[in-house]
Amino acid sequence: MNTSTQPNIPSPMVSVGNGESRTSKAKDKVKMSAENVEVFYGNAQAINGIDLDIYENEVMAFIGPSGCGKSTFLRCLNRMNDTIDICRVEGRITLDNNDIYAPDRDVVLLRAQVGIVFQKPNPFPKSIYENIAYGPRLHGLAKRKAELDDIVESSLRRAGLWDEVKDRLDQPGTGLSGGQQQRLCIARTVAVSPDVILMDEPCSALDPIATAKIEQLIDELSESYTIVMVTHNMQQAARVADRTAFFHMGDLVEVDSTDTIFTNPRDQRTHDYITGRFG
Amino acid sequence: MSITIEQRRQHRLMTIEKSLAKRHRKETRFRRVGLAAVTTGMALVIILFASILARGVPAFWQSTVYTDVYFDPEVIQLDEKPRREDGETQLAFDERYGAWLTQASLINWQSLIDNAMEDALGVDVESRQLRDLRALLASGERFALRDQFIEKPSLLGQTVEVKLLASANVDVWIKGNIDRSLPDARQQLSPQTREWADRLSDEGIIENAFSTSLFLNTDSRSSPASAGLAGAFMGSLFMMMVVILLSVPIGVASAVYLEEFAPQNRLTDLIEININNLAAVPSIVFGLLGASIFIGYFGLPLSAPVVGGLVLTLMTLPTIIITTRASLRSIPPSIRQAALGIGASKVQTVFHHVLPLALPGILTGSILGIAQALGETAPLLLIGMNAFVANVPGTPLEQSTALPVQIYLWQGNELRNFFEARTSAAIIVLLGLMLSLNALAIWLRKKFETRW
Repeated sequence: MNTSTQPNIPSPMVSVGNGESRTSKAKDKVKMSAENVEVFYGNAQAINGIDLDIYENEVMAFIGPSGCGKSTFLRCLNRMNDTIDICRVEGRITLDNNDIYAPDRDVVLLRAQVGIVFQKPNPFPKSIYENIAYGPRLHGLAKRKAELDDIVESSLRRAGLWDEVKDRLDQPGTGLSGGQQQRLCIARTVAVSPDVILMDEPCSALDPIATAKIEQLIDELSESYTIVMVTHNMQQAARVADRTAFFHMGDLVEVDSTDTIFTNPRDQRTHDYITGRFG
Repeated sequence: MSITIEQRRQHRLMTIEKSLAKRHRKETRFRRVGLAAVTTGMALVIILFASILARGVPAFWQSTVYTDVYFDPEVIQLDEKPRREDGETQLAFDERYGAWLTQASLINWQSLIDNAMEDALGVDVESRQLRDLRALLASGERFALRDQFIEKPSLLGQTVEVKLLASANVDVWIKGNIDRSLPDARQQLSPQTREWADRLSDEGIIENAFSTSLFLNTDSRSSPASAGLAGAFMGSLFMMMVVILLSVPIGVASAVYLEEFAPQNRLTDLIEININNLAAVPSIVFGLLGASIFIGYFGLPLSAPVVGGLVLTLMTLPTIIITTRASLRSIPPSIRQAALGIGASKVQTVFHHVLPLALPGILTGSILGIAQALGETAPLLLIGMNAFVANVPGTPLEQSTALPVQIYLWQGNELRNFFEARTSAAIIVLLGLMLSLNALAIWLRKKFETRW
C-alpha cells in the first residue's frame, strides 16, 4: 500500500508516546487477547478459562498469591510453555487478531514480536555487546556492522544502561551488578524491537534502587511497547501499571484500572488480598 | 518467672555446648578418615609409579657395541648403486634398483661384523667358537650394517666406527639382571661369551646407550634386543584416529539429540537404559562382537587397526554419550530460556549457547573415554591384534598390534629377564601418552571454561 495516502486516515493510536499522562492514553486498540484459556500440567489444571484483553501501549500488571497461575499465563503469551513437555494450553490467544497457537504460526516470529524478561537476570556468558547483538543478528535485522552498532547503542540507551557500560562493551555481561544485568536483559529484549514485552517479576531479585530504575524504565518503555508484567509487589503494580489483573487459584478474579483495583475492588478476594488478609 | 527464663537459657546453652564438643569430635574423626583415605590412595599411586619407573627407565638404555667395521671390498662385491637415468621410466628404475637390493642382501655382512668383533677382542676365533662370538650381538645387526651401506655406498673400502646393538642376553648379563653365580648350565650365555662381554664392557666398547630402537623398531622375535614399539605405537595411533573420528561425532550428536530434542517417551527411556547398560558391559564382549560382525560378517581384515578402532568406538560411545548428556544437563535452564525468549529456534539455542557452554565437559568426557580406549587390551585380543607383526602399518587396514597388547605380549615373552624391563618401558610410554591426553583434557577444559 502506498504510504502517501496514509496521513488522511486518522490513526486510532495518535495519542501514543507524546508525554500525556498515563490515564489519558488511548486504550481502545486490543493488542493481545485471550479467550477461555486453560492450561494443564499433565492432568492438573493450572489456569481455568481466562478471558483477557491487553491494549496497545498499556502497562498491565498481574498480581496474586504464589501459585495462582499468573506466571503460567504470562508464559502462554509468547509460548514459552512450549518448552515444558507436559504443559498443554487450550483456548485462543491472539496477537493483532492472529491466533498465536495456530498450527502454521512460527513460534520464532512470535517471540520476536513478544519478548520476555525473566525473574532472575540471565545474560549470556558473553560480552555486553554480544548480549545485545545476538537477537538482531539472529533475525537478520542489521545488514552491516554499523547498523548493529546503532541497534546496540540505542537498545542500551533505552534500557538506561549506555552511560554505565559504553566503555566496556567487550566485558562479560555476567560481570555487571544484578540491576545492571536485568537492564541488560531488557535491552536485549528491546533490541529485536518486539511489540509486546512480558516481564516475569523483573525486580524480585533486585535491591530497591535497582528496582526504582527498572520501574522508571518500564514507564519510559510503555511509550513504545505494550508491557505485561507479573509482580509480587503490590506497590510496584500501583506505581507502574495502567491496569491490574488479580489472579487467584487459576482464575482471573478481576481486571480493572489500577486505581479501581486498589481503591474500590469489586470482588471480596481482591479486597482481602490487597489489604493483606492473605497472600 | 524471670529466673526460670534465665535458667532455661543457661540450660539451653549448656546443651548446645555439650553437643558442640561431640560435633567437633565427629568432624575431626571424619577429617582424619578422609585424610587417611587420600594418603592411602596417593601412596598406592606412588608405589605403582615408582616400581614401574624403577624397572622401566633402565630399559630406555641398552648395551650397545661401538666398534670399527672395515667395509671390505672383497666381501662387498656389488655394482654401483643405480641412479635414475634420463628418459628411464619409474618402473624400469624400480626394477633395476630392486635387483641391486637383492644383490646387496646376498652379501655376507655377518662376516664383516665377525671380523670387527675379532679385532675388538683381539682374538682369532675358530669356526666352532663363532657361535659364542655371534651371541654377543643382536642377530639382526647384519641387516643394520647392510642398510647403513645402502644408504652410503661410499663407505666401501673404509673403516668406520658403527653402533651395533648387543644381544638381549648380553644386556641382561652386563646389567646384572641375571644371577651371575648360577652354574653354567643355567646361564643363557656360554662362559666364553660371558667373559668376552665383561671384557668389552670393561674396555668401554660395550656401552649403555640410549635405545632409539625401542622407539624406531617394530617387535622382533629373532632379535629381541632390537624389539621396539614403533609398530604398536602406529597401530594405537590409527585406532585412536578411528575412535576419535567415529565416537566423538556420533556420541556427541546422539547425546545432544537425546538430551535436547528427543521427546520423552518409552522409546527414549529404553534407549537411555540401554546406553547405561552398554557402559557396564565388559570390554571383552565388545571384542566378541567385533570379531563376529566386523570380521565375520563384513569381512574386514583380521588384526587391522580399523577393526580395533571400530570395536573401541563401540566401547567408548556410551561413555561419551553419558558424559556429554551430563554436561548438557548442567547448563542452567535460564540460558536456554534467554535464547528462546529472544526468538532463537531450538537448534539455534542448542548450537549458539548450550553446546559452547557444555564444551569443556564434553571434551573432558571424550578425552577420558579415548584414553580408556587407548589402554584397552581385552577386546583387541579377540580380533587378532595380538598377532606378531614385524611391520609398521602404513594404513589402518594393514595388520598391526597396539601398545597395551604389545605390553601383554612382551610380558609373556620367554626371555623374561630382558622383557620384564622392556615391558615396564612400554608401560611408561603408554602412561606418558595417557597422561598427556589427560593433560590435554584439563587444558581444553580450562581454555573453554566460561563462568556465569
